[in-house]
Amino acid sequence: MLARAAESLFWLARYMERMDNLARLIEAAQSMAGVLSETEEWRSALTAAGVDELYDETYDEVTPESAALFLCNSPSNPSAITACLDNARINARAMRGALTRDMWEAVNQGWLESRQLSADAFLPEKLPDTLDWVRTISTRFSGAYETTMLRNENYWFTRLGTFLERADNTARILDVKYHLLLPEASSGVGGMLDYYQWTSVLRAVSAVRAYQWVYREEVKPWNVAELLLLRQEMPRSLRACYDAITECLDKLAAAHDGKRGECHRLAGATASQLRYGRIGDIFQSGLHEHLTEQIERAAELGDQIAACYMR
Amino acid sequence: MRQFFDDMHGHDGEVRAAYAEIATWLAQTPPHTLNAKREEAERLFRRIGITFAVYTEGGDTERLIPFDIIPRVLDADEWAFLERGLKQRVNALNLFLADVYGAREIVKAGKLTNEHIDTHPAYCAHMQGVTPPGGVYTHIAGIDLVRTGVNDFYVLEDNCRTPSGVSYMLENRSVMMRLFPELFARIGVEPVARYPQDLLRTLRSVAPPGDEEPCVVVLTPGQFNSAYYEHSFLADEMGVELVEGIDLVVRDKKVFMRTTGGLKRVHVIYRRIDDDFLDPMVFRQDSVLGAFGLMEAYRAGNVALANAPGAGIADDKAIYMHVPEMIRFYLGEEPILNNVPTWDCANEGALAYVLDHLEELVVKETRGSGGYGMLVGPHSTKKMREAFAKKLRRTPDAYVAQPTLALSTCPTFVADGTAPRHVDLRPFVLSGADGVRIVPGGLTRVALSDGSLVVNSSQGGGTKDTWVLHTRQNGGK
Repeated sequence: MLARAAESLFWLARYMERMDNLARLIEAAQSMAGVLSETEEWRSALTAAGVDELYDETYDEVTPESAALFLCNSPSNPSAITACLDNARINARAMRGALTRDMWEAVNQGWLESRQLSADAFLPEKLPDTLDWVRTISTRFSGAYETTMLRNENYWFTRLGTFLERADNTARILDVKYHLLLPEASSGVGGMLDYYQWTSVLRAVSAVRAYQWVYREEVKPWNVAELLLLRQEMPRSLRACYDAITECLDKLAAAHDGKRGECHRLAGATASQLRYGRIGDIFQSGLHEHLTEQIERAAELGDQIAACYMR
Repeated sequence: MRQFFDDMHGHDGEVRAAYAEIATWLAQTPPHTLNAKREEAERLFRRIGITFAVYTEGGDTERLIPFDIIPRVLDADEWAFLERGLKQRVNALNLFLADVYGAREIVKAGKLTNEHIDTHPAYCAHMQGVTPPGGVYTHIAGIDLVRTGVNDFYVLEDNCRTPSGVSYMLENRSVMMRLFPELFARIGVEPVARYPQDLLRTLRSVAPPGDEEPCVVVLTPGQFNSAYYEHSFLADEMGVELVEGIDLVVRDKKVFMRTTGGLKRVHVIYRRIDDDFLDPMVFRQDSVLGAFGLMEAYRAGNVALANAPGAGIADDKAIYMHVPEMIRFYLGEEPILNNVPTWDCANEGALAYVLDHLEELVVKETRGSGGYGMLVGPHSTKKMREAFAKKLRRTPDAYVAQPTLALSTCPTFVADGTAPRHVDLRPFVLSGADGVRIVPGGLTRVALSDGSLVVNSSQGGGTKDTWVLHTRQNGGK
């Protein structure tokens, strides 16, 4: 297949996933801002989205209204939700022949709807509804490609985009909040503030319920970290993401006569580390260091995938 | 006696045999049913996304070209006649192009001058001495035909560069078959769906010799081009890659595309970008739509381009008037299809005649297209003619003039029922190293406003499905 087609599908999926993650992140910030420090919640959402510096260039202070608007729809934020949708559609249209009709309709209809949004769609009052709508679009898109695409290169590149973006997002969210999970940050096990702080991490990746099903006990910080880093059954954990990434890369290697590159080595090494790693060891050697390394690896992996298939 | 020949009712108002079933259908189907079908047709077109994209600042508008559900019908004999004429004409055009870029026999015979050719804007000096595979220059030609009487067809224009519209021919048919399956059950209509396969076969036939299975691609300027839908549609229908300039790379005078498995050799490029943009090394240096070094690869015979660069010299309005002579000169045959008499205003005598008869003539820019910059004499005001006469005197060689043809009409849905509207026909003629192929029919364009003779979509024209009947109809015409 054309290298540009692979690139378009990969980025189409990344933008749809990024948009979805942003919606979850904003939702968590909005719901936690009441019980925790409002400024801090929105500040960490901006940091997790990687746009905090851009934000500061436009605004003097962090307010819920301006932070939400900046993350959702702002001409000065190229990673805003609406910008993600625009970019997704540009990638989809550039390679329309590589998309199934259902995929195209999911993207195109979402994009058409985004152009009909009312001016107050991103104000606090209407924000929850708007974010629900955003998640509907991304769900429709992933449902469309999972159910309609042939299992050929097109599919593996699309899926690769979804999971690499998700791995990057989960690592970023954890990294912004990692200090809350460290033993020294605790004000005493089980305190109300602790509870809220730890669950705010879970909320940002929509995993409060999942935590209960997996651990069946009160929220403990090392469990939160383990759930998002190492648990296979948690669909947004780094482990689950890297399992999917290595599967995609294996299929792609098979499609190219077994040819492998640096991206295969890097993804394989990371996947093994997550598969055999223990949360205690990670805390001991430094959670922050670990997360920083994961973020760097995700970026490096993106470059290596492009070097192997998209040039 | 009607002024215009009507495809359905002839000159005398009697329904012609080819249209008998259509007339019955129109008479028997209640108006509200037909209206519902028209709405459904529009919905289908929107959903398939056959739009003519016009991107503007601050949003986009994706327009639909209006579609009329009453088909335009040609009987088997009429089509056989047109097919013979089209093959003859396109053969002559290809021989003319081979001669222009080869021995220039036509100049030696005194029919054209070297100056005539060398100074022509569509003449491509880089093609001089290059013989493309099979000697084919215009692989895909769109020949615009009009009808003025039972047996009178004229060629209005030859399009030898990158004629568009074939996706409408195909989509119009598939929408009609979906809306009116019972009509197709009753009437034997020649299918058009094999066009993409014919096109692919034609393109493969001109691939450079070699053992590999030839790799064909469609080259598009990209998603912001107004005909992007057609480019993507044709690539999809043929099952070949739709590439942009950035996907192509030239190494050792061979063309490759960048794939996920590395560089893959490309043998035939159906290019939907203009000559000027093909290769920044020899044409426009600022072009990012083509590939650097493409012409070198082409001249080395390592890649085929369809259509060949410089093919446009054959479809110019000033060259047009020489086509009948070309047919006699290259083929030794009498032309089957009529040419419209044409006055070349570069000629002083002709100019004087044209200035005296502006009221009855159509004056066109030699290099113009899309129905812009022309004067339709009978529909003009005195003021318009005076303004046009000034332009004519200033740059006479930029214009040709033709009598206003009484273009045939075809019944068409309008606001209050059906009414005759003027139509033309663009069949698509495919020329490969292995011969000429024409899918029966073509794209019928219809001028939707009352009395208008301009069918271009940019000027408010619409389209119709074109039916070629596959058995001879009984009875007279």
